[in-house]
Amino acid sequence: MTAPHAASATTPHAKTPPAPERIQVIVATDCGSTTTKAILIELVDGHYRQTQRGEAPTTVEAPFADVTLGVTNSVTELQELSGRRLIADDGTVIRRTSLSDPNGCDVYISTSSAGGGLQMMVAGVVRQMTAESAKRAALGAGAIVMDTIAANDHRKPHEQIQRIRELRPDMVLLSGGTDGGDQKKVVELAELIAPAKPRPRFGGEYQLPVIFAGNKDAAPAVERVFGAGFDLSIVPNLRPTLEQENLGPARDRIHDVFLEHVMAHAPGYDKLISWADAPIMPTPGAVGDILQTIAKKRGINALGVDIGGATTDVFSVFDGVFNRTVSANLGMSYSISNVCAEATMPRIMRWVHLSMDERELRNRVKNKMIRPTTIPQTLEALVFEQAVAREALRLSFEQHKAFATTLKGVQQQRTVGDAFSQQAGGGTLVNAMKLDLLVASGGVLSHAPRMEQTALMLIDSFEPEGFTELAKDSIFMMPHLGVLASVHPDAAMEVFEKDCLIYLGTCVAPRGQGKAGKPCFAWELRGAKAARGTMACGEMQLVPLAHDEQCEMTVTPEKGFDMGAGPGKPVTRTVRGGTVGLVLDARGRAIEVPDAEAERRATIQKWLTALHVYE
Amino acid sequence: MAKAFTPGLTVSARTTYRARRVLPIDGSVTVKQGEAVGADTVVAQTFMEGDAFPIKVANMLAAQPKDLPGLMLRQVGEAVRKDEPIARSKGIFGMMKTEVKSSADGTIESVSDSTGMVIVRGPKQPIAVTAYVAGTVVEVLPGEGAVIENTVALVQGIFGVGGEAHGPIAMACKAASEELDADDITPDMKGTVVVGGARMTAAAIKKAKDVGAAAIVSGGIDDQDLRDFLGHDIGVAVTGSERMGITLIITEGFGEIAMAERTFALLSGHAGRVASVNGATQIRAGVMRPEIVVPLADAAAAGQGSGPAMSAGGATAGVLEIGTSVRVIRDPHFGVIGTVTALPEQPAVLGSGSKARVLEVAAAGGQRLMVPRANVELIDG
Repeated sequence: MTAPHAASATTPHAKTPPAPERIQVIVATDCGSTTTKAILIELVDGHYRQTQRGEAPTTVEAPFADVTLGVTNSVTELQELSGRRLIADDGTVIRRTSLSDPNGCDVYISTSSAGGGLQMMVAGVVRQMTAESAKRAALGAGAIVMDTIAANDHRKPHEQIQRIRELRPDMVLLSGGTDGGDQKKVVELAELIAPAKPRPRFGGEYQLPVIFAGNKDAAPAVERVFGAGFDLSIVPNLRPTLEQENLGPARDRIHDVFLEHVMAHAPGYDKLISWADAPIMPTPGAVGDILQTIAKKRGINALGVDIGGATTDVFSVFDGVFNRTVSANLGMSYSISNVCAEATMPRIMRWVHLSMDERELRNRVKNKMIRPTTIPQTLEALVFEQAVAREALRLSFEQHKAFATTLKGVQQQRTVGDAFSQQAGGGTLVNAMKLDLLVASGGVLSHAPRMEQTALMLIDSFEPEGFTELAKDSIFMMPHLGVLASVHPDAAMEVFEKDCLIYLGTCVAPRGQGKAGKPCFAWELRGAKAARGTMACGEMQLVPLAHDEQCEMTVTPEKGFDMGAGPGKPVTRTVRGGTVGLVLDARGRAIEVPDAEAERRATIQKWLTALHVYE
Repeated sequence: MAKAFTPGLTVSARTTYRARRVLPIDGSVTVKQGEAVGADTVVAQTFMEGDAFPIKVANMLAAQPKDLPGLMLRQVGEAVRKDEPIARSKGIFGMMKTEVKSSADGTIESVSDSTGMVIVRGPKQPIAVTAYVAGTVVEVLPGEGAVIENTVALVQGIFGVGGEAHGPIAMACKAASEELDADDITPDMKGTVVVGGARMTAAAIKKAKDVGAAAIVSGGIDDQDLRDFLGHDIGVAVTGSERMGITLIITEGFGEIAMAERTFALLSGHAGRVASVNGATQIRAGVMRPEIVVPLADAAAAGQGSGPAMSAGGATAGVLEIGTSVRVIRDPHFGVIGTVTALPEQPAVLGSGSKARVLEVAAAGGQRLMVPRANVELIDG
């Protein structure tokens, strides 16, 4: 048996990045499943700016089987565009010898999701408690959680063993029991996992890494159970008490194991690790880090979404607590058919203002599933895809809200003031009224022909309340900036604000519901733009406000509507413009669409016209 | 730029095909290099470790886990039968003893004195891999399996359900544009690979299954008919493990769509010849498409095909240039087949408002269409 690793905050990475003041030229890559994306960041007139980008196919698969070839190719494109020599004759990334050197960079960093990313299985004693904390730790570290095994997951032990046997995870995270509490249950879980002998994806001599983050007193017994054939690490309990979650050590160890084992077994990664000046991070882990950095720096609540072909990732930071969910099988190409099955066709069609034949649409959906790289050629096809996207995003957000909760199983300390509150442990942390910034990325959002389309898709799916800034990741730079934040947080923030985000504008939407046509709210703008008006229930309106403009805005809701200060109370805030402007949304929350076909289509058409969505 | 790479599906009249047939775990290979094999020939076999059955014995005996080893009637490594007592409590003054019986046939694998759990490992399960395609063993992979090679006609479909099957090709339609309906299926099609033309109807699928056909290959299928047949909707295109008693393969797509003439002509040219088919489809990184493999020669002629050797399940990509035959794979021109007549360098604004690189296709009827490059695939093998 491999000696279990002690809990450690150190990474296996030997290199130490230069001090921030010694960093002026940065090369960052993100090795995705299909494309390796490189960006160049330079200090220009005292400000860090992203100056060039390049991309090349990822080269993890045969016949190349070396990820660094794709890195070299993408950085070569940066070299050609910038005129700065970045690639040496041997294909490696050149470092500068001094700050006056016109060639090379000061730091090279990378993220990776190539080869399917990091795939994990997690286990915990109680599904709603330790197993959920373990899942949070794995997702937060950027993993795909293949399954969660728990003593109370309603599967019989032999079914659990069968499931474990079928999976081929990169690693297993086992938790369970509070420190000083019951040991037996978590050892039983270990006794289920060990005989199942899950085979890691990379096979061969690769010993499956198991991270134990449960009751510290059970560690010796767990160690005995796993014996030979597993690479066991023991880290501090991720749920030392019921009231406390301590995910940091487990997340750090996941990152270490990812580097030591998973990446080291993927083609060319040993070279990539030696090239980089900071540990390679799983792509979603890096995106989560940058979102946390911006939320902390600006003191805001932020939510990010990345909708891909197969999956949708949602990241949130509310009151400083970070959560990430991956909605497997909710995506726009490989998984489009699954979105239609889960959302149901009527819910998708409620966003469509054109007449379409359902049978034909169903065949079209399947044709997109089997030929996922095709793009909509007609407006009708685009409208339908964007309707599907709204439902994929809505379902992903629902899953995120259900997962991003306060700790479950914790007894609430109540005061007399709470006597009438129904809120118990496990309530969602996601609060649409408290959300300050909503960031979009992923093909259907980033590549929509008009920014207004992106803005409306976000509003329809996430239903933000109060004042919410809307933005999109210009060229999917968040992963690069996430890993940069670990080396130079200020540079990462500056580039994030100046080059990464394209601000679409601000959504202004009171919570509440009213009869169509009745007054909803009055508004007034002062500052860069002076204007005022009223909104009736069911209306939408676009007020142009450029991306570099800010205004003071006072919104006075009618009775029964709330902008964050309580029903009927006025709220004044500084609002930011963008490529779209201010979106005034008096449709109420939740957004309701008429059932009758003709009325529904007319209503959707009215909203689309108000926002110039398909003009 | 006059060239671009674009994906395509193979339709080849003659190629060398290699099937790598391996066990999921180590085992023994039952064929020799140079040996002629049929589709049914077992090339490798092994036994997979049996299922594990955990039994909470200490709990059931109301005993302390640490006392469990002393209560076991069967020890680690011993064989047990289902319902055979494996542990017994000491009882009260030797009376009222409780027994725990094994929940399965197998062997006692472990007895835990910390949790009181006993694991019974079930009997090993035999696994065999067949040749799938008739041909010659060109390579033995020790402990794993073998590589079978033959000269074949090969058609890759776009989507399928159901696993490997084989049987003689039976042409059920007279033209590629003819819908495959129940009337086209006859009782003598039992055990055959039925080839239709355009869409296969729900009634045709039902009748083919009823007569015992091995597989159906046709141009298209209606999504609703597929759902009715499977009893559920397919959310993600990862198929092949369905056990429906028949394998279905579509060559073009969902909806009313005719099989490509070239594919239809190729298959009808081999009517009566045995074909191996596999409906397994995986549309993910490392895409896998369904296939129809028709061995052309007996084993002795293996290795005399033309062109590069094709491997089972692989996707292809080729160069898109003026004169290339393509099929449009997205509405509004879905299914149109034509020849590339222009590859403009500059992106064009589509009807959707998006900017994308396009190409011009001269359709069979002479019509010229502008189509995004992402919305075509090559149809030459």
